[in-house]
Amino acid sequence: MNLDFGRIIPNIPFILQGILLTLQFTALSTIFGFLWGTVLSLFKISNITPLTWFSNVYTSIFRGTPLLVQLSLIYYATPQLTGYNISPLEAGVFTFSLNSGAYISETIRGGILAVDRGQGEAAKSLGVPYSMMMWDVILPQAVKNILPALANESINLLKDSTLVSVIGVTDILRRSQIVAAEKFIYFEPILVAALIYYVIVMGLTTGAYALERKLQRSS
Amino acid sequence: MPSNENYNVAVKVNDLHKYFGELQVLKGISNEINKGEVVAIIGPSGSGKSTFLRCMNLLEVPTKGNIYVDGVDITQPKVDIMKIRQNIGMVFQHFHLFPHMTVLENVMYAPIKVKKLSKVEAKQQASALLARVGLESKAQVYPSRLSGGQKQRVAIARSLAMQPEIMLFDEPTSALDPEMVKEVLDVMKGLADSGMTMAIVTHEMGFAKEVADRILFLDEGKLAEDATPDDFFSNPQCDRAKQFLEKML
Ligand SMILES: Nc1ncnc2c1ncn2[C@@H]1O[C@H](COP(=O)(O)OP(=O)(O)OP(=O)(O)O)[C@@H](O)[C@H]1O
Ligand SMILES: [Mg+2]
Repeated sequence: MNLDFGRIIPNIPFILQGILLTLQFTALSTIFGFLWGTVLSLFKISNITPLTWFSNVYTSIFRGTPLLVQLSLIYYATPQLTGYNISPLEAGVFTFSLNSGAYISETIRGGILAVDRGQGEAAKSLGVPYSMMMWDVILPQAVKNILPALANESINLLKDSTLVSVIGVTDILRRSQIVAAEKFIYFEPILVAALIYYVIVMGLTTGAYALERKLQRSS
Repeated sequence: MPSNENYNVAVKVNDLHKYFGELQVLKGISNEINKGEVVAIIGPSGSGKSTFLRCMNLLEVPTKGNIYVDGVDITQPKVDIMKIRQNIGMVFQHFHLFPHMTVLENVMYAPIKVKKLSKVEAKQQASALLARVGLESKAQVYPSRLSGGQKQRVAIARSLAMQPEIMLFDEPTSALDPEMVKEVLDVMKGLADSGMTMAIVTHEMGFAKEVADRILFLDEGKLAEDATPDDFFSNPQCDRAKQFLEKML
């Protein structure tokens, strides 16, 4: 096979422009997924049966069906059901947040249960109400414990973000496909995309690892 | 809530029962703790001392019986337990300081969040309390940097910051290295001298003898003996207390 990167060099900036979108997409999905996952995890540990039931069923559905199916459903069904003309990017962020919320809620639940029971008892004995106890005492410790897992989830989101190219979001992968179609060469643009993803993922992994080390030292 | 209880009584326990599933841990305990009184709760491991103490601020929910704090029956479903707990400090064997807050923040947290004190007021109060337990120099430090004795003194200061009328201690020195026991007991002694109502689960017999006004001896979930320290240590009535003291002393 002859690889000729020379022909796509002029197109590389075009592909690189997708980085910002991919990163934005990942960041938004991570943040919303984390917030939604926190809510779901609080439902899961609550004594309120409908809430635990809801969050368990929810998690089961989102973990039990393919992400691409969820994405397609939300992208195509939202306009029909609500009349709102959802953009591909919005549909992507929305789906990924809902999906990652399901995964993260399990992680956070584990993190909350791993916090020493005495912490909650100390807060209660001071007369601190449940919501404040959770927010100020339990969650900060839980999140600290699961930061490595959260960083991993964020890396997974980044890799999975390529799925949105299917509904036409011009991310890194989509752009490399456009170049491929224009120039009638397929391997080179995709390899460039792969390299870009690899560099970003390695960067994030290194960052997450450094963070983990730092946290270990501080506790 | 008006009450017809004796205004001198801080805590009144009436026929307290507690089950954990099938396991009956407390088998009908009745007692009264007067205001300003220091009561030491002692007994063999597993006799229900911690459970008894933890029922007094509803960290454990009694299965049967009543507990009156300042005349209010806290076992009634309609009571505001958060309000009651603000009035009852608790010190744990393992301190349970908040690890992500500095010493000062640990002491300021509940007054600010629960009592809505201003930061300035809360800080003044916290500094004074830390001085009282001899730890003003550690205000900006995180708990992980403290020794066990220092942690427990901070925990006491944290409880006192809510200005409770009653303080509960569950084996406050059992997790400490021997050389740190005294610094914590000294703080507790000071507290007792200041007139605080205290219920202390402890294995420190010397301390119980010296500081307590009364000894409650629990055995297998029953209040086996209720006596002054002098009577209890020199002339225990029940066999179980005799055996227990032989082992302890
Ligand atoms: N949350 C719980 N669930 C089930 N059983 C419990 C629970 N807490 C305590 N127990 C049981 O209740 C009994 C009394 O426990 P408790 O902690 O009150 O004893 P204790 O007198 O404080 O003992 P120690 O001196 O060892 O602290 C023990 O058999 C214990 O195993
Ligand atoms: Mg105990």
